[in-house]
Amino acid sequence: MNAQRILALTGKELRKVYREPALLFMVILFPVMLTVAFGATFGALGGGGDTTYAVGVVNLDHSATPWAAAFKSGISATGMLVVVDYQDNSTAMKDLLQGSIDAVIVIPENFGASIDSFRLNPNNPGAWVNSTVGLSLDKGSMIVSAAVPPVVQRVLSTTIYGDMAVSEPQPVRIGNPTLVASSQLSQFDYMAPGLFAYAAIFITMTVAQAFTSEREQGLLRRIAVTPTTPSEIFTSQILANLATGTLQVAIIYAGARLMGFHALGGAAEVAYAFAIVLLLVVCNIGFGLLTASVVKSSGAATGLSFLFILPQMLLGTFIPALQSVGRFVPSYYVTDALTSIFLRGAPLTSPVVLLDLAVVAAMSVVILIAGILAFSRFGKS
Amino acid sequence: MLDIELESLTKKFGDKTVVDDLSLGIEKGELFGLLGPNGAGKTTTIKILCGLLEPTSGAARVGGHDIRTEMHEIRKMIGVCPQEPAYYTFLTGRENVELFGRLHNMPRDLLKEKTDELLETVGLVETASTKAGKYSGGMIRRVNLAMALVNDPAIAFLDEPTVAMDPQTRHATWDFIRGLKARGKTIILTTHYIEEAESLADRVGIIDMGRLIALDTPRSLMKKHSATNLEEVFIKLTGRKIREET
Repeated sequence: MNAQRILALTGKELRKVYREPALLFMVILFPVMLTVAFGATFGALGGGGDTTYAVGVVNLDHSATPWAAAFKSGISATGMLVVVDYQDNSTAMKDLLQGSIDAVIVIPENFGASIDSFRLNPNNPGAWVNSTVGLSLDKGSMIVSAAVPPVVQRVLSTTIYGDMAVSEPQPVRIGNPTLVASSQLSQFDYMAPGLFAYAAIFITMTVAQAFTSEREQGLLRRIAVTPTTPSEIFTSQILANLATGTLQVAIIYAGARLMGFHALGGAAEVAYAFAIVLLLVVCNIGFGLLTASVVKSSGAATGLSFLFILPQMLLGTFIPALQSVGRFVPSYYVTDALTSIFLRGAPLTSPVVLLDLAVVAAMSVVILIAGILAFSRFGKS
Repeated sequence: MLDIELESLTKKFGDKTVVDDLSLGIEKGELFGLLGPNGAGKTTTIKILCGLLEPTSGAARVGGHDIRTEMHEIRKMIGVCPQEPAYYTFLTGRENVELFGRLHNMPRDLLKEKTDELLETVGLVETASTKAGKYSGGMIRRVNLAMALVNDPAIAFLDEPTVAMDPQTRHATWDFIRGLKARGKTIILTTHYIEEAESLADRVGIIDMGRLIALDTPRSLMKKHSATNLEEVFIKLTGRKIREET
């Protein structure tokens, strides 16, 4: 095999991805949209898809001043934060840990006294009673971590100063937010491992289309009269799709984390996720070649590729009702492995994870070889 | 010295014989014109010589190599301009040409030099950075030719290379093909342009229904058949006109 020819063909395939809008959508934008859509619907943005966050409020200020109530009203009035009252901090923190709420605000005992002191002596900080509002946030949601503190700060400033211009210093400050890892998983958390497989299975369609359209346009014949060997053509397809698959996994992982995916594990677990999804990519290259072997046109390739895509999608991604029969499709094992690692915290050496990897690897090798043989025998003309 | 030899070459598709017992030899450095009507077997013959089709029977050698056993060696020395342009719409004209140079494992400097030279010759310098999908029919024909010749092949198979070109570009391409011959390249040219064959070819082979019915220089053929052009020669031999291949 010749490296220059393989690189030339691989580069050509990658150029196609970013120069053909339909392919760019399928390979890059579709996984992004899918992740955002599922994350917004089932994830940390709230089960109904609206952008509100449940905030537990523990009011330790039992004085007669109206400021604590005003602060709570201000939080509710944002429309973005929904106040859930708690009698004590430990119950609120427990619910935060369980994922029932997104943040906890603790109004300190001397909150009212602090604002009163400011009101009486607005220009004499030495006379103020200083206090600190406690804030704890769900560590697993980057959106909560980023969006809630500034909103709470704004409400606090409005409570203290009213419509006056905000100025420093102020008698009440917000303590450094404490990030709390929630142990309750959202519906999106259970779906996210399936999303990794979901994007990779569409490689079947792109590979089937690539080979059939090149055949239709006479490009395979044209390449065949150069010294390029079939193995160089197949290798370049595999490399190009592995590169695309790597990008897809990176996009989905980043998107899922951004949307609140509570993935357990560290760099090794993420590397495992890349590896097993790339094996699924190889497997779907094989399915794509099988498809291209039996169809006459790229249009037919699109249609027939769903013969391989749909079972993998329905049985092996994130539709639990049908997963009992999912053991016949490779995507099932990818989703199962990623669920074990990211949600159950299974070590990479656990039998389940290793077995899943072995099954996907074996399926990928067999299906890729079958695809290459079928295309070499039936697909060239 | 023969560069291309065909011995009783035959190709059948089912019951239909498309190339029928074809034998001929083409000298090294010769520009050989293959003339014939639609379906005569010209393109099938070229496909066999390029390794795209297996012959049913007979033998052929290209550049001294057997087409049945040494095709990989043959592919290193040939350039093929297909009748139907085949190119990547999402690549620019330059990228299409360079891709095929890289498939021939050309060194980077030589590839750039040859690409520049070819784009200049076929008049695509100004549009070299435009995606080929936006090219006109004539421009596609020109990039199709450049892709075939970027590897500076010793033997070139040009299957209707000037179809759909405007007269000016066609004549520039003829000059380019003459230049290839002047540099000692062996060329097989199929064409339905009688003028093209008469102007360029050292010898012409006329094929009808898969059989070689005449073989000589254009001048000798016209003299032998008392004709003023090769079209008349074909009419006298077959009673039919050479029609444009589609």
